[in-house]
Amino acid sequence: MMGAAAAETTTPRTPALDVRQGLDKLASYPFAILTWVDPSGYPVSVALPVAIDAPAGSAVFTAPAGLTVPAGVDVSLTGSHIRPQPGYGYDERRHVTVWGRATQTGDRVAFAAARAWGWDEAEVPFFEYSERSIGQSKKYFDALTVERGTPVKPKLSFGWLALRTTRLPFLTATIVPVVLGIAIAARQGSFDLVTAVLTVIGAAFVQLGLNVANDVFDSVQGADEANVTPTQFSGGSRVIQYGLVSFRQMAGLATTFYVLAAVIGLVLLGLRGSTALLVIGVVGFIVSIGYTAPPLKFVYRGLGEIAVAIGFGPLMLLGGYVVQTRGALTWEPFVLSLPVALLVALILYVNEIPDRRGDARVGKRTLPVRFSKAAVIGGYRGAAIAAYAILVAGVVAGQLPIPALLALLTIPLARQVSRGLEPNYDNPYGLMAVMGVNVKVHLYAGLLLLAGYAVVLILGAVAPSVSLFVGR
Amino acid sequence: MSVLPAPVEQLLDAALVGELTVVDAAGHPVTYPLIPLFDGERIYLTSSTLFSRKLEHIKGNPKVSLSITDPIAVGGRTDRATIQGDARVIEEDPHGGWERLLPIWEKKEPSIVYFLKARVALPLFFERSLIEITPRRALYWAAGDATTAPVVSDAGKVAA
Repeated sequence: MMGAAAAETTTPRTPALDVRQGLDKLASYPFAILTWVDPSGYPVSVALPVAIDAPAGSAVFTAPAGLTVPAGVDVSLTGSHIRPQPGYGYDERRHVTVWGRATQTGDRVAFAAARAWGWDEAEVPFFEYSERSIGQSKKYFDALTVERGTPVKPKLSFGWLALRTTRLPFLTATIVPVVLGIAIAARQGSFDLVTAVLTVIGAAFVQLGLNVANDVFDSVQGADEANVTPTQFSGGSRVIQYGLVSFRQMAGLATTFYVLAAVIGLVLLGLRGSTALLVIGVVGFIVSIGYTAPPLKFVYRGLGEIAVAIGFGPLMLLGGYVVQTRGALTWEPFVLSLPVALLVALILYVNEIPDRRGDARVGKRTLPVRFSKAAVIGGYRGAAIAAYAILVAGVVAGQLPIPALLALLTIPLARQVSRGLEPNYDNPYGLMAVMGVNVKVHLYAGLLLLAGYAVVLILGAVAPSVSLFVGR
Repeated sequence: MSVLPAPVEQLLDAALVGELTVVDAAGHPVTYPLIPLFDGERIYLTSSTLFSRKLEHIKGNPKVSLSITDPIAVGGRTDRATIQGDARVIEEDPHGGWERLLPIWEKKEPSIVYFLKARVALPLFFERSLIEITPRRALYWAAGDATTAPVVSDAGKVAA
């Protein structure tokens, strides 16, 4: 049951309530549930109307018939609005309990409040409350482990765990630029299927290594622990925090991905070696590992967006290109890599918005941490406009084929993101839909660029005399 | 054999939420809203490991009560009940052990199956332990009004 189970007491996972606040909240419920422990040791609860005087820290109610409310021990008054709807969902989940002492005079009971606790999803959203409760889950599993003398851990099926651990869906950030680089080379007459496939696989291993290493180093530096509002797009995979995968396993996995990437890189150097490929490979590795790892820690120094732009823009695209051309370089892949770089950096940029409070706590100086809301939103708009402007300029200058303009079809999506940032800036869960659209801007722009190059390749095969470049 | 008065069983079957009260180490009552599931003999509730402090309390003191008080959570019925009982925590397999309750859970909350399919999104929420309550005594307010004394029944002594 999502949320109905979400009830704890005396923890800092919810905002502290003083008795007046607790009684104020209790007064908003249509009735209270009076509870005490009877002489046999069992709790007794009875629902009744209560007159609350929050400023005085007290309440008054009619003594329940046939039952004796004890004096001298703690009793509680609870209000609950955790109410699953028949069929699907919940509405306005909240509950509050106020503890205190009761004094009965005749049939009237006076209640003097002493402490209060509650949860209101309007104040702490359910997902944030769950994240704040990870420590309780760990405590529970640790106790079971001690009790049984064997490790007891939370589990997830292998498929889901692999997906979550590696953040596999984000591989589009690699596949798009690498395949674009290969497509440009193919248009220019250089294409080798085996090395093309190896390049995509090798680049994918680099990103998987980066994704996992990112979690490892963010955990070391406390960034993921400090973030209590992760979303499906931000806050890391959290498999270490959840106890699903150990720190050591994650470190081993990151190493494995990087070793596999290095092996494929060496094979490619052997097959299609060039100085350009060697430089791209070495720089790519440094940017990837240095993204979160000391001593570089680009993302902690406010250089994460630039590192991602370079890594998933020029390096990936030129890497895919030079493998095919055996190191020969032209302006076309470089120019095309710039809008791709900007759009992929904007994925990170927007994803950093909900993380900014946690990031700030651990000194992760991302751009949303460093700049105001207005500046960050303005930055998004400026970078998105720049991406499309470079694309148009590249076409006008004759560096990019005219069908590359198909990527302009994603402008409405970018506008949707731009408009969604303002109202959701402080609402991580409202921002999730915006982040989803932002990922699509990059993906769809990449796919449309690929479609543009497919048009160029097909037309080049059937009508070689027709040029799709301005001025050629 | 019925272990609870018929109207109390009907309330249990209808309730989309009830209030579980446990006793903490200091002897204070602590109340948690949960979905009660009744198999005709015992009451079952589940607790995510994220919100497992109640399980610690039950292990320390198994005497609990479950109240059904919210008319909206029972389809508009105005009667109310509190069931006192002895609880035990079933935690052999927090990952999947609780899923044996899915058939009766799904009857009350069909969306649980949908949520479970998305367990990758919130894996710890679906690491759950069972709370099994053996009813001992029931207090029943036919009109839901505390100005009238409840009808008190010892569980297990109710005629089938």
